[in-house]
Amino acid sequence: MSVGDWLTDSQNWVFVVLSFGMLFTGWRVVTSKNVVHAVLYLVVTLAISAGFFLLLGAEFVAWVVVLISIGAVVVLFLFGIMITKAPMGQEVDLSHPNSVKIPAAIVSFVLFVFVGGAVLAAFPDTAFPDPSVTRAADIGDSMFQRWVIPFEVVSILLLAALIGGIVLARRDDSEIEAAAAAEEDAAAETGSGHAPEADEAEAEEAVALEAPKAAAEKADAAAAAEDAAATEAATS
Amino acid sequence: MLISQFLLLGAAIFSLGVYGVLTRRNAVMVLLSVELMLAAININLVAFDRYLADSLGSGQVFALFVITVGAAEVGIGLAIILLIFRNRHSANVDELDLMKW
Repeated sequence: MSVGDWLTDSQNWVFVVLSFGMLFTGWRVVTSKNVVHAVLYLVVTLAISAGFFLLLGAEFVAWVVVLISIGAVVVLFLFGIMITKAPMGQEVDLSHPNSVKIPAAIVSFVLFVFVGGAVLAAFPDTAFPDPSVTRAADIGDSMFQRWVIPFEVVSILLLAALIGGIVLARRDDSEIEAAAAAEEDAAAETGSGHAPEADEAEAEEAVALEAPKAAAEKADAAAAAEDAAATEAATS
Repeated sequence: MLISQFLLLGAAIFSLGVYGVLTRRNAVMVLLSVELMLAAININLVAFDRYLADSLGSGQVFALFVITVGAAEVGIGLAIILLIFRNRHSANVDELDLMKW
């Protein structure tokens, strides 16, 4: 395929525009100084990757990426940032200093050169066959006939992740009792003067208890969305 | 469209993700870079699926599994970071050196 042929295909122009966009937003994800900005750049990166999937005719994968990767995983990230009180201002450095950045840049560039060189050596001129759009029904057929065992295994994996997330993030019962007992002792010793303080501490603990549950619920929602997407593929 | 342009783009985004994993100090940012790598992998998988014109759509099914496993991994990873933050009040990966010799 000559350069002229490549340039006249309008899909290649769409590809060039999207790939510049994705490279810019991907670079901003790994270099942004603001945590929330990095997450939002990831949203745009994933949205552009969904655009690539549409360009390749994979409609179901494109919308599943939008639904799950952007709609559940990124929201989970934002919860994680809120809960770990990640530095949101400009004053804290999110990246290592230059003594780490330069070797890391060299390593990633060498990786790109190796993989890119292998790709160009193996597929220098290979074009795609006739354009086709994959129907979601075909993906559903394949998922529930040929790939049903990996599908079931992934369901069990999601269940394990769900239970594991809840177990990891909840507070121990003994911790809660110890904290409540300590507060009661403090209130009894110092009298009513310290009651507002104890209430404030209690409210803080209640919020801290709620937040891990919220994180677990997000994982739950991601699992439910994945199941809904899979059943829709099967029934459509 | 050539297949090599999609594979090159996948390689570039994957390298950006590797740079992010190596450079970032905050644990949540490291997870974010891993998500970037998974997005690059999905582009590779779907490009190969379209190139081979697989009747089973295996590349796309594999990409769906990658998305799902990525979501599960982010959930557990964030739960672990939450626990670390609860115990040490910091999500800085430089300070997690208990297993260092």
